[in-house]
Amino acid sequence: MPDETKTPPPKPADNADKPGQSGSVEPVPPADKPAPPAVPPKAAAPAAPAKPAGPAPVAWESLMVDEFRRQYGSGIREASTYMGQNYMVVESAIVHEVLQIMRDRESFDYCVDVTAVHYPQREKQFDVVYVLYSFARNERVRIKAEFADGEKPLSVFDIWPTADWLEREAYDMFGIEFEGHPNLKRILLPEDWKGYPLRKDYGIIQQDSEWVKINLGIESGQ
Amino acid sequence: MLDYITSYLKSDVTPGAAGNVLWAFIYIVLIFLGLSVAVIAMNWLERKILAHMQVRLGPMRVGPHGLLQPIADAIKLLIKEDIMPSEADKLVFWVAPLIVVITAFTVFIVVPFGPTHAVTDMNIGVLFMLGVSSLSVLGVVMAGWASNSHYPLIGALRSSAQMVSYEIAMGLAVVSAILMTSLHGTGIYGVASTGSGTGYLSMIEIVKAQAEQQTWFVFKFFPMGLIAFVVFAIAMVAETNRAPFDLPEAESELTAGFHTEYSGFRWSLFFLAEYSAMIAVSSIAVTLWLGGWLRPFPNALSGETWDLVFSLFPGLTFLLLAGLAFVGVIRMPKHPLFRLQTIGLAGFAAVLGLIGLILLVPAVRDRIQDIYWFSIKVAASMYLYIWYRGTFPRYRFDQLMKVGWKVLLPIGVGVLIVTAVMGVVL
Amino acid sequence: MSDRESHLELQEHDQTFLDSNELIINMGPQHPATHGVLRVILKLDGEKVLGTECVIGYLHRGVEKIGENRTYTMFNPYVDRMDYVAAVSNGLGYCEAVEKLMGLQAPPRANYIRVILTELNRLASHMLWLGTHALDIGAITPLFYTFRDREEILKIFEKYCGARLTTHAFRIGGCQYETYEGFERDVQKFLKFVAPKIDEYEELLTTNRIWVERTKGVGFITGEQCIALGVTGPVLRASGVKWDIRKAQPYAAYSEFDFEIPTGTAGDTYDRYLVRMKEMRQSLRIIDQAVGKIPEGPIMAKVPKVMKPPVGEIYHSIEAPKGELGYFLVSDGSTQPYRVRVRPPSFVNLQALDMMVRGALVADVVAVIGTLDIVLGEVDR
Repeated sequence: MPDETKTPPPKPADNADKPGQSGSVEPVPPADKPAPPAVPPKAAAPAAPAKPAGPAPVAWESLMVDEFRRQYGSGIREASTYMGQNYMVVESAIVHEVLQIMRDRESFDYCVDVTAVHYPQREKQFDVVYVLYSFARNERVRIKAEFADGEKPLSVFDIWPTADWLEREAYDMFGIEFEGHPNLKRILLPEDWKGYPLRKDYGIIQQDSEWVKINLGIESGQ
Repeated sequence: MLDYITSYLKSDVTPGAAGNVLWAFIYIVLIFLGLSVAVIAMNWLERKILAHMQVRLGPMRVGPHGLLQPIADAIKLLIKEDIMPSEADKLVFWVAPLIVVITAFTVFIVVPFGPTHAVTDMNIGVLFMLGVSSLSVLGVVMAGWASNSHYPLIGALRSSAQMVSYEIAMGLAVVSAILMTSLHGTGIYGVASTGSGTGYLSMIEIVKAQAEQQTWFVFKFFPMGLIAFVVFAIAMVAETNRAPFDLPEAESELTAGFHTEYSGFRWSLFFLAEYSAMIAVSSIAVTLWLGGWLRPFPNALSGETWDLVFSLFPGLTFLLLAGLAFVGVIRMPKHPLFRLQTIGLAGFAAVLGLIGLILLVPAVRDRIQDIYWFSIKVAASMYLYIWYRGTFPRYRFDQLMKVGWKVLLPIGVGVLIVTAVMGVVL
Repeated sequence: MSDRESHLELQEHDQTFLDSNELIINMGPQHPATHGVLRVILKLDGEKVLGTECVIGYLHRGVEKIGENRTYTMFNPYVDRMDYVAAVSNGLGYCEAVEKLMGLQAPPRANYIRVILTELNRLASHMLWLGTHALDIGAITPLFYTFRDREEILKIFEKYCGARLTTHAFRIGGCQYETYEGFERDVQKFLKFVAPKIDEYEELLTTNRIWVERTKGVGFITGEQCIALGVTGPVLRASGVKWDIRKAQPYAAYSEFDFEIPTGTAGDTYDRYLVRMKEMRQSLRIIDQAVGKIPEGPIMAKVPKVMKPPVGEIYHSIEAPKGELGYFLVSDGSTQPYRVRVRPPSFVNLQALDMMVRGALVADVVAVIGTLDIVLGEVDR
């Protein structure tokens, strides 16, 4: 993506290194008040309840995970519970298949959200996150898969039509192109906008100055 | 010369029939002015009445209780920039509002405000009114087409379809009323008829027929007259593009319908035409079914005493309005900033009171009270228009057509047949 | 031959006007019925809708990007600006998501206050919806009635936290403000005041012939289609799916109250109207129960001055007036969220528009936009 090279914004973006800012504040260990057991609203969480003590993910044991493990082996890289919420990390190659099975076999018929997280330091920069919900089981699961920049995940539009706009938004904000999406174009930003704002290397006040100049006739939208 | 001018005052026919050109011209001017004032008053009243239905105050700023608001609006509209879309068909765009407004005003030539108070008495008066008022659809279509824009086009198409379909129901209702002029059934008052057996299309003769038969046609052949009236009342709302049939200018769908591209003075012509068309169709309804200029209860409360009492009504109404305005003057806040408003309202009250007193003069009140009763009936019908607007959601296009063709049309035909049969049998 | 040429020329000149049954019109972004800056491109055959395309983003402010550049506390007021009609719900969802991420628990008193204010806000949101929806269909009067009554709710908000629309009523860990003197009395007075008003709206519309004709069978959608399209909230319930996060996965103090989930059967605009009217009554019920027994105690949990949630991610959703409002937060252990994702109900629900209006008439588009109850601030974020 040539447009990723960000045009120097009027002011240097100071967001990318936010952990640096936290140096000035007194460290408050977050583990000092896990006294109330975090009352997991999950009614039918199949296995181990939330583990509030050390806020670390614990293994998520359930028949469904076992089934997936049997089927895909190491393709299921992680199945954990964090704060009472279950999630699975799967290989990018099989994520579409897994999602299909999730809907057909495990009755996760409602795709709540499709979104992405950008980790520029990683080799595979993007986490694509699918939040699923099953009406029958009253259970929420997140499925995550890692994708490199330029890699094209398969669209889940054929599984859940709701992914249409959600994937378009992910494309709009992160530049992740979903393969097989019927109408993949920008949704919130103008169609000829350059750059993907939710990537970490896109500054908070950065803009497509060329677009702004041409279309709005002003120097800067700030 | 003086004779020529005063000769009409003693005549008992319309200026047109008397061949008095001068008085005909005076009438035309008076009607034009009166209509303009009526439209302005309607504008203010509609906003006020609608506001009070909707728990708000409406215009309050310009003048006491916003009385001058319509005038301020008119001035604003006149001095507004006159925008003509560059892609519009200039000539047609320019002509369209004129057609609409001319047709809306022309119909008033035959509207009888009293037995003598009409510009002329055409023997095909009803036909003339229906014909001319349906010409206004031409202006609407022209406006929509000439704007060369999508919303106005759709608005114009809706409008033409709607007006054409409702004209049929309207026509059928009118025919059944005309039929009644010749059929001397007994009506609900049980008074034997003495009519000649010929029907009339003349507006004045229709009212005279009602006087002769001693019943308003809305009560005749009960409930046939009433049903015909209701059919007409619904059709006339559709005909004038008012809520709940205001699809051609459905604000939430087509922004403003056929006059989306119009602004300023041109737009105000459409506005003027809309309201005068409302008054025109209400006049038809009043003439055909509600006894035109006849006072209420002509037979139940007859006799000279009652005549006198009813003839006092116009003056008393104006005195009542003057009284209300005067109460407003008293209740006005005593503050220097309100002085001008207070004086203005007091002046308004004085003018109203003066008019009221003049109307109490016997010579005047005998000549004028016909106009008063006619106006009161038209005003009641106008109030209904406002009431509809405050209450009803808007019909969808297919439902509108359904109401027109599948409900009103069959009812109209049925009423016509039954009326004819009843007229022969009774 | 010459005929054909002129024919072609005309087509080139303006295809949509002549010799074509299809008309493309642009509804919005400046249009009275699109509730803000939604632009819908309609493909029409006469009055019939052949297809639509929504163009959104006119109100895009990059809320998610802002979230990544603010601390957890600083981002809190921003969420009010998404669905500005139901700002309290947005705030509740965000605060609870952060609390979950930090392993915090709001005290019971705070939870009760949260429930009361959120339900009041649901009422306010539904009232605004009813007024504008009725206005779109051509009934202008209900708008003024609902605004009059919504005003009373806003007055309570104003008295509680000083703001009327973008309230910023809650803080992470509880509530900033203790209830003011006479809060319970005000709320109870409001409940008494508003119950007959809801009857009044229903009187104007529920049996109104034109209203029924305009809404029955319009914008039909089945429960399966709703689920496939991710449509939630009253729209889903009106299609017969009895699902409400307040019951399915209770948050705040909702598990302690007795209320019903109203559902419809037909899945049309009329049923959605009825469901929302019933929901307003259920909200009254919840408020009535809650205001009677607000527990004593602190209103704020022990929250560190500087919030640094442990590394991890969380998805938390609540039942906003429009549907499932979800927050997906990723923490990298710093004071600012690494990623804030808002799952807006309006955005997802709006997707159903095309399906719901295909084959309908132009007037139905307006009705369906109204019945989906979208807020463009939330669609575009």
